[in-house]
Amino acid sequence: MPHIQLDESLPGMQSLLKFRPEIAEPLLTLMTILMRGDEGLSKGERELIAAFVSDLNKCNACANIHGAISQCLISENPQMVDNVMDNYKNAPISEKLKALLSIAESVQKGGKNVKKEQIEGAKNYGSTDQEIHDTVLISSLFCLFNKYIDGLGLVSNDTNDSLNLRAKMIAEFGYSK
Amino acid sequence: MPHIPLAEGVPGIRSLVMYRPDTGAPLYELAQILLRDESPLSPAERELIATYVSYLNECKFCMNSHAAAARYLYKENSETVDIVLDNYETAPISDKLKALLTIAGKVQTDARTVSDEDVAMARSHGAVDRDIHDTVLIAAAFCMFNRYVDGLDTLTPETSDAYVPMGERMGTLGYVLPK
Repeated sequence: MPHIQLDESLPGMQSLLKFRPEIAEPLLTLMTILMRGDEGLSKGERELIAAFVSDLNKCNACANIHGAISQCLISENPQMVDNVMDNYKNAPISEKLKALLSIAESVQKGGKNVKKEQIEGAKNYGSTDQEIHDTVLISSLFCLFNKYIDGLGLVSNDTNDSLNLRAKMIAEFGYSK
Repeated sequence: MPHIPLAEGVPGIRSLVMYRPDTGAPLYELAQILLRDESPLSPAERELIATYVSYLNECKFCMNSHAAAARYLYKENSETVDIVLDNYETAPISDKLKALLTIAGKVQTDARTVSDEDVAMARSHGAVDRDIHDTVLIAAAFCMFNRYVDGLDTLTPETSDAYVPMGERMGTLGYVLPK
């Protein structure tokens, strides 16, 4: 049971946005700019970072939906997201993305954990400043979403089918009200 | 030295919103709504929650700047901020705010640990849904801001004097994007 009165017919995040619509505006704008941009990181890579951080925060609802969105967007390998969650260092992804996931992992523990060497590592594999920026902000933003959802005791009512359908819709159309 | 090229001499979050104004605008808007719009919690109380979470995350820039804003907003009771950071349980604040700070602390550590009892305690001291919602979201938002500011190693002024005008600006103008 959620800690506050929410419209439980809606999926987690949407019930929160309905509870406080004023907050929905900047959060959806931020999601659209940060997660649906294609400059540098692809949409699929952005969603993968989001899913990875949500998994580290043990926020299953966010890890599942963003993992499914990422998998829709990066469809070549149907095990890609599972491989990354299992051990990103051995996953079939680029060295650049591995270096960025290591930065996201450090940010999740706390911003100060990011070391110069990690930044240099990512740059050596071709990361741009904006890719590093976006990785840090995506990781930080999902610490917000994960804590917002779990702190208010939200429980996911999703079935596999409803989750996959929603993931497909978001992968195709993005974040909107 | 910041991890990416940011405007020289500009501290903390301001340097980041100048680096990427398109994400900066909704981030500032979020802070303004969350910390200044109508809420059962006063702006001073909300700045205090932001300060406390930033303190737990050891984000010096956010802690010092929001502490300065909270001191400004608490006016003649500005020392409340430092007493709370020392030990909120014995601080001269309402029992409701103490219960909400307990919830904020759990959100910072592991949000899944916020219990029905924590929420019932806050309600027994008069907290309504919006108090609980705003507390959780402020704590979660500062877990984001703190990581963003420290994860890119932004400039953090060392002297406490530097934060006084920042606190006054935040207390009077709120969250306005730097030009």
